[in-house]
Amino acid sequence: MSSDLTSFVALAPAYPELLLAIGAIILLMMGVFSNEKTGNTMIVGVAIGLLAVTAVLVAIHPAEGVLFNGAFIQDGFARFMKVLVLTGSAFALVLSVSTASDHNLNKFEYPVLVILASLGMLMMISANDLISLYIGLELQSLSLYVIAAFKRDSGRATEAGLKYFVLGALSSGMLLYGASMVYGFTGQTQLDEIAKVISLGEPSLGLIVGLVFLLAGLAFKISAVPFHMWTPDVYEGVPTPVTAFFASAPKVAAMALFIRVVFDTFEPIAKDWQQIVIFVSIASMVLAAFAAIGQKKLKRLIAYSSIGHVGFALVGLSAGSQTGVEGVSIYMAIYLTMTIGLFACILALRTDQGYVEDISDLAGIAQTRPFIASGIAIIMFSLIGLPPLAGFFAKWEVFLAAVEAQLFVLAVIGVLASAISAFYYLRVVRTMFFDEPNHQFIKTPNELNVVIALTAALIVTYGLTVGGFLKDVAGIAAGSLF
Amino acid sequence: MTLEIAFFYLFAATAILSAVMVISSRNPVHSVMFLILAFVNGAGIFMLAGAEFLALLLIVVYVGAVMVLFLFVVMMLDVDFAQLRQGFLQYAPLGAMVGGILLIELIMVAGSFLVAPEVAGSSVVPFVEGMSNTEALGNVLYTRYVYLFEAAGLILLVAMIGAIVLTLRHKPHAKRQDIAAQVGRKREDAVEVVSVESGKGI
Amino acid sequence: MNELLLNYLPVIIFIGLSAVIGLALLVAPFLIAVKNPDPEKVSAYECGFDAFDDARMKFDVRFYLVAILFIIFDLEVAFLFPWAVAFKSVGWFGFWAMMVFLGVLTIGFIYEWRKGALEWD
Repeated sequence: MSSDLTSFVALAPAYPELLLAIGAIILLMMGVFSNEKTGNTMIVGVAIGLLAVTAVLVAIHPAEGVLFNGAFIQDGFARFMKVLVLTGSAFALVLSVSTASDHNLNKFEYPVLVILASLGMLMMISANDLISLYIGLELQSLSLYVIAAFKRDSGRATEAGLKYFVLGALSSGMLLYGASMVYGFTGQTQLDEIAKVISLGEPSLGLIVGLVFLLAGLAFKISAVPFHMWTPDVYEGVPTPVTAFFASAPKVAAMALFIRVVFDTFEPIAKDWQQIVIFVSIASMVLAAFAAIGQKKLKRLIAYSSIGHVGFALVGLSAGSQTGVEGVSIYMAIYLTMTIGLFACILALRTDQGYVEDISDLAGIAQTRPFIASGIAIIMFSLIGLPPLAGFFAKWEVFLAAVEAQLFVLAVIGVLASAISAFYYLRVVRTMFFDEPNHQFIKTPNELNVVIALTAALIVTYGLTVGGFLKDVAGIAAGSLF
Repeated sequence: MTLEIAFFYLFAATAILSAVMVISSRNPVHSVMFLILAFVNGAGIFMLAGAEFLALLLIVVYVGAVMVLFLFVVMMLDVDFAQLRQGFLQYAPLGAMVGGILLIELIMVAGSFLVAPEVAGSSVVPFVEGMSNTEALGNVLYTRYVYLFEAAGLILLVAMIGAIVLTLRHKPHAKRQDIAAQVGRKREDAVEVVSVESGKGI
Repeated sequence: MNELLLNYLPVIIFIGLSAVIGLALLVAPFLIAVKNPDPEKVSAYECGFDAFDDARMKFDVRFYLVAILFIIFDLEVAFLFPWAVAFKSVGWFGFWAMMVFLGVLTIGFIYEWRKGALEWD
């Protein structure tokens, strides 16, 4: 009946969440009481600072443990994923600093909603109970629906927002249905308690149905085939800085939730969910590889590319082992870096009429904007998975885990899909380097150049610099789940 | 006991029938009215199950507030609903198929629904005899589940921000009363005494 | 029938009674009233003109904003009921939990006030 909280210090594992929540409220008040013109830039700055400080706090603050009668867990895995999510959100805001006004995002509510969405993601990652899982997911999703439709005078953005909302609500409903089935058949809502009940005896059919619905709801959130159909439309319709946000942080958070649910709760019936994950993984990789070939719009291409990458990450998860989780963790970190870099490049290419949308708009930028062209080329080669770039190591880790788990067919299909996907990435590179330039671009804001340089440098030197460190940290993170 | 069962079937049958009417009635306002009926019957079922608080909450929040919102939304849309529904029958076979599959799944699940006796006994929060439903809820909601409670507050805050961001527009030239400016106005701001020499003008 | 449901017996009887009276008043005219319909008598009458347009006109989106803000505070109040009932047993912890919750929503209220969402235009 009573709570396990006796003092403020007992809350230590949840300090990052507390900081974000209070920060979001203060920013909201700052925004509403400040002058509209000068206030917005300041609030975006403070918001980036807040996310960065929270990321540092998560990284260096060692308090771990279970709080709120088991609803909240902070462990090595949660801390790793939280740092990724906060970094992704912070960079997504950095990308919007000078481009926001072109996309009607220059209102102080935008950074506040990004922070609240990030808070929801942290709660998802730390969820140790079906209810807190759902509440975190809703806080994140509700903020994202609003952000998607933020450019409310644009028909495309509102349409994308509505589509995202309807399909997101559908997936939340499926998740909730699955969760209630699981609760009904185990009598527990806490993830580890459910695992205990499951391991007692033969799983009932109702529990399996619950598991399938739960996983289907989560697959929606990570946009894995066959629940991917919203992704291209939403990515294309919403303003590009918002797409950058959608493609980075929420994916990592949903993947973390996916991992925690299957490993914490359904470990005893691993055989049952492994089939689903393997199917979803193969479907995502193959469908994305073929569907992306015909795309003419840059953002749709990226959407399919991200669907494919979710498929590759799930290869690691299919292994159902600690190496697999380590591989997925590394994969998500590298995917985040590549996504942020790629969107920085796209936002850096601005003509008098607006931003580039079609792949053909990139024609010949190797001559006019060699810096950005080489940035895109590096990221594209990395997305294909060519050594020695970071993307190669990401794929290497997950395929290695799959081979270790004797999933040879899956690994072979993954490599083949990777080879097919090279086709559409290389098409972009060819357009940039061998076609005639057809646009005049205006000057790129400095912070975008910095982001491009930073991500490209990380990707190129991955094996020499951060690679070893990332592998160690991901190892610790994955270890905390087993 | 038999009266209880009779009421259960009354509520359940009315709820299902009105749910069918929600999607099949041509006039969207009628759909909303049938949805209200479905909610009221759902509240009745909650009441039979002993969940008094949830039953009344369903009436207060859903019937009292959400349905008003639905009515506003229906009235806000300028759509020719008769025309919109013409496509309905076209998709009916597909919808029926999906519904049928779901039904079969549900029956399969229900067939295997052996609620283990240990599950009923192993409730997370023990049930105290003689405590009212509302009190039992209050006892855990603000202590054991405080994290979820505060998070729900944040979700409501997001909903508030979202509603305002997405729908609030002020007319650009609307004249509003600013009481502080009105009261703080001094005579010097408004009236100027100018002595004009005759025949010169200002 | 258990204790809880017996408490609601008067409500059921009341609903039954009102249903009977309402139905009686609705049905009685059909049975006993004099009916002599005529096209002119049953057609819509609007000051002698034909009806100008549909009675259902488009509502302003501002109604929606008012309704959704109402729902949010309605939910907030719904959380207060169990709190009040269990006030003795939840102690200071429960008290402050509710104060934080109300604080968050007060922030929201300040926000909407400053944004002018409570003004009609």
